[in-house]
This record gives sequence, structure tokens and C-alpha cells, in this order.
Amino acid sequence: MTWLYRTLSTSVGKKQLMAITGLLFLLFLCTHLLGNLSIYGGPTSFVSYAEHLHALGNLLVAAEVIMALALIIHVITAVVLFFENRAARPIAYNVDKSGGGRTFSSQTMPYTGLLILGFIGVHLATFSHHIVDQTTRNIFLIATDVFSHKGYLAIYLLGVIIVAFHVRHGLWSAFQTVGANHPKYMPFIQKLSIVFAVIVALGFGSLPLVVLSLR
Amino acid sequence: MSSKSINLTLKVWRQPGSKAAGRLETYQADNIPTDASFLEMLDIVNQRLTLAGKEPIAFDHDCREGICGMCGTVVNGRPHGPERETTLCQLHMRHFKDGDTVVIEPYRARAFPVIKDLVMDRSALDQIIMAGGFISVNTGQAAEANSLPVPKDKADLAMDAAACIGCGACIAACPNASAMLFTSAKISQFALLPQGRPEAAKRALAMVACMDGLGFGNCTNHKECEMECPKGISISNIARLNREFIKAALVSQEK
Repeated sequence: MTWLYRTLSTSVGKKQLMAITGLLFLLFLCTHLLGNLSIYGGPTSFVSYAEHLHALGNLLVAAEVIMALALIIHVITAVVLFFENRAARPIAYNVDKSGGGRTFSSQTMPYTGLLILGFIGVHLATFSHHIVDQTTRNIFLIATDVFSHKGYLAIYLLGVIIVAFHVRHGLWSAFQTVGANHPKYMPFIQKLSIVFAVIVALGFGSLPLVVLSLR
Repeated sequence: MSSKSINLTLKVWRQPGSKAAGRLETYQADNIPTDASFLEMLDIVNQRLTLAGKEPIAFDHDCREGICGMCGTVVNGRPHGPERETTLCQLHMRHFKDGDTVVIEPYRARAFPVIKDLVMDRSALDQIIMAGGFISVNTGQAAEANSLPVPKDKADLAMDAAACIGCGACIAACPNASAMLFTSAKISQFALLPQGRPEAAKRALAMVACMDGLGFGNCTNHKECEMECPKGISISNIARLNREFIKAALVSQEK
């Protein structure tokens, strides 16, 4: 298996790890958003969605384990890449101007990533059924409590916007890295990156407002 | 042809040797004809420096017609200056305005140590080529052209990749100093043609391994390389490198 280790330690291999785990997170964002949009159907449908999700049992545990592993791989690889890339240019330019390639999103990936990691911590600490007791209060009441707190609401909204910026570069970048760049569909994927980022920001961003309006 | 003249303030990176410390020095470049190329402007400045008994600015150049890949410095933060798909030797002073300040620096990358002033050691790119940027066949006489059919679109794509002159601007432009565009162009020009297929897997693995060992950064898809490449090499070549590498690593016999 030394060939596998060698493959994954190359620059291209490390990028594959980033891309594949990144694509998993994008899939997770889709399911997470679709599920949580049930709040638009009112508290009953939201709570029923949560109950059905938890009723999946081991399937849900498996998904959680995969996400946790993907997160560990994504973060460790990102840290390695970050320091390698910094080391590749020991002397900075006196004048550094963009030729029009890099975007705010692409330049801030390591930093938005770090902030997202912190956000995931806060988010799990305030919502996860592993941490927050859901036997006495249902998920709607928990969400109401959390979002009524102005500080948490601000962290949540900021977190969602940061995720959107990360996704805006991450989505098309992941496709490019796994080699899926084709003149027929690459322009679509690049637009999809922006559209998906907006959907993430508006979709998740609207949830606390709906929760608070139903309170 | 009547030519306009402009006066410029140059801030040039001066470094006496590879081990010496360098710094930006300011020079007044007055009366520069706008018809001069950027390198001719440096020639004029150097002539004046020489006549004044000062050390002229060392810079790389060779063909001065945009095909050899020898010239290239970072001008106001842009490799080869501000014009799209233009090498430094083909950049003309008419693109600058009277009174402009022009900052001229060498490419900055761990893999490209500065030898003197604006001259960098870019032999790292030669090492990547030596790792696999060739076809191991005895050439002999030129084969009959139609004995090996190549579709026109493939030939065009291969030619687009082969347009790379190896100047290193992609590395200079990349925020991570990654050599992926260069390496991908070299891998693509062979991978797209039947002559290059037999060694495609070996080539992809060897060239990527060599590139990694030279201290270049990792590609994070900023696309700066594509924007600054004087030959307009597309990052679709990087996607092809990724495909070739994955194929080579996962399904080829190569270890």
C-alpha cells in the first residue's frame, strides 16, 4: 500500500483529498438544507423531520462517522497545504497585483475554513443531539432558544455567510481538481458555484428568521 | 515615424549575488521612446548606468521576439507586465504613461533562487522536463504522416499546450508559487498525441514527483497562472494533469 500513501502525499494527491472530502461536504450541505427547509412547513413538520432523521439509527451514525473522518482529512490536509504553500514563496513581492484570476473567496480559503471549523464547534454545541438534550425539548424549541440569543444568532448568520464564500471557490475548484474540466460544462459549474453559494447563504440564513417568526 | 518620449521612475530589485541581500533601488529613466520594448528601455537605462560608471541591471533575455521564454520579471506586481498574452520583450513602453513609477522585481519562488538582480535560476523547470517531458523512441527518419492519424481537434489542443515557452510566469503569478500550469502543459502536449500515450502514466507520476521535490507550492485553483501566461495556456491542462495522474496512480502498472 506504499503506492497509495505515496500517491496521496503528492501535491495532486493532497488536492484530491481536499476535493473529494469537499464534495462530500457539499452533498451534506444539500441534504442539511433540504431537511431544514421543512421549517417552512411549520414547527410540526420541522420536528417530524428531525424525528425521522434520528429514526435512521445506525445509518445516521455511519453518515456522522464519514463526515467526521472527512472533516479530519480536510482540515489536516489543508493545514499541510497552507504551510507548504507559504514556504514556496519565502520572499514576498513588493508589489503584488492580480491578473484577474484570484477571487476574494479563493484567497481566503484557509481563513474561511478555519472560521467554519470554529462555527461547526459552536453549531454542534448548540444543536447536536449528542450534546444538547433533546428528550425534554424538541428541536424547534431548542432552535427558538438558540436564535433568541442575539450573540448566537449573529454567529450563525456570520457562519452561514462564511460557508457561502468557502463554497463559492470550493465547488468549481473541487471539480477542476478531480479533473472534471470540460468546455461544455465548466462554464456551468463555475456559475453553479456562485448560485450554490447564494442558495446556501439565503437558504440557511433564512432559517432562524422563520424559526423566530413562528415562535 | 515620430516617437513620443516618456519619463519614468524605476524601482528595480538589485542583488549583487545569490547569497547577497537585495533591495529596491530607484532610478530615473528619462526620455524613453514609447516605441521601445520594455527590455530596450532597460538597455537604455543600462547604457546610462554604464556610462556613469555604475553596475548595469542584470536581466534575462534572448530571442526578444516572444518565443524563447528567457525574459520575464514582475512589473508592477504582474509577471511580464500588464498586457495579456505578452512576454516582457514584446511589451512596449507605449503601455506606460509619462511619470509612471515602475517596480521591477524577479519572480519570487523558493524553486527560483535569484542569481543576480532580475536573473533567476529557473533550472527547476528543466529538471521537471528531464523527469519525463520526452518520448523515448528512436526517431530515425520522419514517419509517413498519414501512418499515424491524429484528429485535428486533438492536434490543436496538443499544440495549444506545446505553446508553453517555459518562462515560469505561471509560477511567479501563482499565490502559492505552484508549477502546475507548466507541468500540466508539458504532460498534456504528449498525453493528447498517440506518440505520447505509451509513456503517459510513467510521465505523469515522474513529473509530478519531481515537481513536488523542487519546492514549488500546491495548486489551489486561483487561475492567476492562466491570466498571466504569455501563451494563454488554459488551466484545463491542469485538469488533464489531474486526470492523467489519477489514472496513472490508480489503474496503471506504474509504481
